[in-house]
Amino acid sequence: MAEQVQEYLKVERQQPWREELRKAMKAKERTDITRVKMPEEDPHFRATNSNEVNLGLTKEMALQEARRCLDCANPTCITGCPVNINIPKFIKRIEQGDFLDAARVLKDTNTLPAVCGRVCPQEVQCEVNCFYVQKLGKEAVAIGHLERFAADYERDSGNISVPEVAEKNGAKVAVIGSGPSGLAVAGDLIKWGYDVTVFEALHEIGGVLKYGIPEFRLPNVIVDVEIDNLRRMGVKFETNFIVGKTAGIEELKSEGFEAFFIGSGAGLPNFMNIPGENYTGIFSSNEYLTRVNLMNASNDEYDTPVYSGNHVAVIGGGNTAMDSVRTAKRLGAEKAMIIYRRSLEEMPARVEEVKHAMEEGVEFLNLNNPLEYYADERGQVNRMKVQKMELGEPDSSGRRRPVPLEGSEYFIDVDTVIVAIGVSPNPIIPSSMPELEMSDWGTIKVNKETMESSVPGVFAGGDIVRGGATVILAMGDGRKAARGIDEYVKARKKK
Amino acid sequence: MNRIVEKEMLNKNVVKLVIEAPRIASKRMAGHFVIIKIDEKGERIPLTIADADPETGTITLIIQRVGVTSHKLSLMEAGDMLEDVVGPLGHATEVEKLGTVLCAGGGVGIAPLLPIARSFKEAGNRVITVLAARNRELLILEEEIRACSDEVIIMTDDGSYGRQGLVTHGMEEILEREKVHLAVAIGPAIMMKFAALTTAKYNVKTIASLNTIMVDGTGMCGACRVSVGGKTKFVCVDGPEFDAHLVDYDEMIMRLGGYDKQEREAYDRYVAAGNGA
Ligand SMILES: Cc1cc2nc3c(=O)[nH]c(=O)nc-3n(C[C@H](O)[C@H](O)[C@H](O)COP(=O)(O)OP(=O)(O)OC[C@H]3O[C@@H](n4cnc5c(N)ncnc54)[C@H](O)[C@@H]3O)c2cc1C
Ligand SMILES: Cc1cc2nc3c(=O)[nH]c(=O)nc-3n(C[C@H](O)[C@H](O)[C@H](O)COP(=O)(O)OP(=O)(O)OC[C@H]3O[C@@H](n4cnc5c(N)ncnc54)[C@H](O)[C@@H]3O)c2cc1C
Ligand code: SF4
Ligand code: SF4
Ligand code: FES
Repeated sequence: MAEQVQEYLKVERQQPWREELRKAMKAKERTDITRVKMPEEDPHFRATNSNEVNLGLTKEMALQEARRCLDCANPTCITGCPVNINIPKFIKRIEQGDFLDAARVLKDTNTLPAVCGRVCPQEVQCEVNCFYVQKLGKEAVAIGHLERFAADYERDSGNISVPEVAEKNGAKVAVIGSGPSGLAVAGDLIKWGYDVTVFEALHEIGGVLKYGIPEFRLPNVIVDVEIDNLRRMGVKFETNFIVGKTAGIEELKSEGFEAFFIGSGAGLPNFMNIPGENYTGIFSSNEYLTRVNLMNASNDEYDTPVYSGNHVAVIGGGNTAMDSVRTAKRLGAEKAMIIYRRSLEEMPARVEEVKHAMEEGVEFLNLNNPLEYYADERGQVNRMKVQKMELGEPDSSGRRRPVPLEGSEYFIDVDTVIVAIGVSPNPIIPSSMPELEMSDWGTIKVNKETMESSVPGVFAGGDIVRGGATVILAMGDGRKAARGIDEYVKARKKK
Repeated sequence: MNRIVEKEMLNKNVVKLVIEAPRIASKRMAGHFVIIKIDEKGERIPLTIADADPETGTITLIIQRVGVTSHKLSLMEAGDMLEDVVGPLGHATEVEKLGTVLCAGGGVGIAPLLPIARSFKEAGNRVITVLAARNRELLILEEEIRACSDEVIIMTDDGSYGRQGLVTHGMEEILEREKVHLAVAIGPAIMMKFAALTTAKYNVKTIASLNTIMVDGTGMCGACRVSVGGKTKFVCVDGPEFDAHLVDYDEMIMRLGGYDKQEREAYDRYVAAGNGA
């Protein structure tokens, strides 16, 4: 962290109210408290509906958990948070009982705390860096749960603070894509007086938060409240607008937009390109989740159809795979399986998601890799061939490489297969802007400080730059880009 | 929200809708399509832009009733609103002056064929068009096609109009008779398959416009995938036009049937709810 930030944190920590709270309880008493358990919907019941699985902490639980935080002189947790939320400050506000102010602290750096509190992989970000884990060998302070608590409290109280908006400065900025990175850019720039329009290809705002992450993990209303907030602050949203198709960046320039942010995500699904993969009943996770989450396909009143398979195999081990397999379970699958070529330890999905999937009865076929699909005479998939794997030497990523076990092939009966092995950057914008410098992986190259691309005035962030990351990293990029855009526009005005 | 400004039934199963969509109207070129959604509960379906008028800011869609959504569309009237219209999608047709272009359209495929035939004509080509329909009543856009073709051959399955026979019969006649530089075939997958087999015999480069099932139309879902020359392609972003000789039509036909059961059930529910076919 930069020195000024350290200095700022120190000054904040010396505030009398913080000192008082620290003295109110002995450190030993704090560390003796056991970590709170998130109340959850019963696994058997929840696997039949799309209600949120995590129910949220009660006030008492939140107060108790907040007491565990030691308000460290060197709050290492903050270094683990990509947007450097002032974690001890918001937690101490909770301990004080001032939940609304806790939410305000969160919003200083995080536009979507109710979302991040739910979907951040805390166990590898803020929480893994908590003093409890690093020095005490105990379970981390439940930073994510507390973040969600404060944000939910604020929303339920009806006292959502709509940040103040500076006087309009007359500069028009176009944000392309309404995922977390785009929403973060819009949130900052509107506060600073910009005229901001968000262009979204789909008919709904929110990107992956809407079409990807299911209702049982992130209810749409949570996202909608945040979008409404941005609307109230003056952000304009244009849905059904594909930049590069409906209008290009050049045309938007001629309509007065001075700077651009590309947050178009990594929407292109990868397939394994193995025989039979185009049979019917085999989907990308994007298609499956989009049908259910964006198009409401599992509700008969909506016109979009979806497969509610009986024997569903999901290929992959990331969040997308977990979301797909848990969705399949909810659509009535008798057997819902994860087929993953490494072992449980290497699984990139959040620990909580894996745990929830197991509780809900998902079968894990780890160290298994699909080789081929077979179908009935109508082309409907009915069987797949898989091969067992073992772990060999670590590869360049440090993970042990899966090696096929010769002669271990066997067959599994399936009627639905969902391929969730990753996504590639969406090529629509790059192909409409040949002057944009791209990496070999199809991501947009940017200056890491300003997030500006090779084209002056065009900034980018989120998955289109990172090739698939997390909500909070996308938002962090968005906030950095907002500063970059602000500097760019100001420099232009001076000329 | 996009307003329907004009509606006309071209025959008992095909409706023409003119829709306000100024941005799309000014950008669109032959070969482009849109994705529309009727209302909150509707599904997203792809439809070719059959015509557009940048002056009035409207696009024309020609829709054949096959299931719930196309049926609902056929019941909409001028003044009604479509909740979502997005486009123009897909690659535009590569139009250049080649010489003679043979256009073949079957059924509602004549609608997407029209702007393509028109563009080739405007680029200075000799355009010969073969139109095919089950019977006279189902033939659409004859007049418009005639206006941009140097010659038109009409084939009907039952011989009720033009000549009796399949689209390939008409194509074969032209291919036997003169040098064709490019063929374009648009219609049901099975028709495109046989049209491609026909032109392959004469070594004539052919393009087909594929009408796979789609969801987003932006390359995000892969519902529209099809094998072309042994490689998986996404019709919405890589197409919709491909080298007709490389497309795996059998796979495409199989994938088009992927939701048959659900769609039939949905249609039965729709009819049971009092909506007659
Ligand atoms: C199923 C799933 C589960 C996930 N779970 C988690 C999780 O638990 N925790 C976590 O931190 N991360 C998770 N992620 C990853 C996270 O969602 C992404 O990293 C994040 O959403 C990326 O944000 P983004 O701003 O880059 O854009 P996205 O959210 O990808 O949104 C991009 C938007 O841009 C639009 N767009 C694209 N092209 C254009 C164009 N030309 N014109 C206009 N609009 C365009 C798209 O339609 C889309 O709405 C998950 C991802 C998926 C798919
Ligand atoms: C790029 C593109 C352009 C198209 N242009 C036009 C057009 O200009 N006019 C037009 O009428 N149609 C066009 N189509 C086809 C149109 O999208 C489908 O007819 C429509 O989605 C059917 O929806 P539905 O709810 O009425 O029928 P559904 O209930 O979805 O389907 C009913 C029956 O139609 C079959 N079907 C479903 N989708 C398709 C499809 N894409 N093509 C052929 N059969 C299908 C199903 O197998 C089923 O048997 C186009 C498709 C694509 C991909
Ligand atoms: S935003 Fe994510 S990483 Fe940062 S504190 Fe909150 S949960 Fe932790
Ligand atoms: S490291 Fe842990 S205990 Fe220390 S301030 Fe951060 S959350 Fe609190
Ligand atoms: S329609 Fe979704 S990728 Fe083509």
